[in-house]
Amino acid sequence: MERKTKVAAEDGKQEIMITREFDLPLELLFKAYVEPEIVAQWMGTKVLKLENRKHGAYQFETSDPQGNVVFRANGVLPEFIPNQKITRTFEMENTPASAVRFPVQLEYLEFEKLTDNTSKLTMQIVYKSVELRDQMLKMPFAQGLNMAHNRLQEIVNNLK
Amino acid sequence: MNLRRDVFQAIADPTRRAILLLVATQTMTAGAIAANFDTARPTVSKHLSILTECELLEQHQNGREVYYHINAKKMREVADFIEPFRNMWDDRFNKLEAIMKKYKPEK
Repeated sequence: MERKTKVAAEDGKQEIMITREFDLPLELLFKAYVEPEIVAQWMGTKVLKLENRKHGAYQFETSDPQGNVVFRANGVLPEFIPNQKITRTFEMENTPASAVRFPVQLEYLEFEKLTDNTSKLTMQIVYKSVELRDQMLKMPFAQGLNMAHNRLQEIVNNLK
Repeated sequence: MNLRRDVFQAIADPTRRAILLLVATQTMTAGAIAANFDTARPTVSKHLSILTECELLEQHQNGREVYYHINAKKMREVADFIEPFRNMWDDRFNKLEAIMKKYKPEK
């Protein structure tokens, strides 16, 4: 079975493209991004604030199983068009002193209807610099890579 | 020169991925590899040299024959780094899909 989520990043660019097709009508996919209880479930995070409107703000908080806050993330929404588009900033708060601090990143989320029961999400994440993006992924990688090629993946796993 | 980028260009090609699959479990000569493809022998040779330059394949001489085998270390390096990031999103989106499939509007 082919993995449904695709990730692409071109060498020398400061962005990552994530695409995914869902067996869900567009409206349900979009709802999963705007209903705080639902966001909390699939993101595995606590939603402290989620204002779904242009110039709105959001804040998430992630805790470890013991209940200690691991990190908070927040951002604002320069653009919000129901069932079409969410543009938002993303910034991590109170990361441990030892961790690298990442500057604000910009996320463009586009929601598309494919059929009555399927939809597509395209997420473009733009980082402050090429170096930061690469750091984020630990290593640079290029477009066109599709390790979803199942058998190859299997073989690679067996090599471990 | 950016060798890493070349590695990804190398495996972006379907024929080269097929070659990697072939030699993943066995050591083969160029002739034996070429016999699996409809493409002309020189084309296969070109693919083999690209894969060798990127260190995805290793050559060794045995008498008059050159044998090719996969470089497991390099393959792991290529496969590993993108996976954690992609898996993270794949897991989240799988969860999202599962939750929304069960979702019943209150209306």
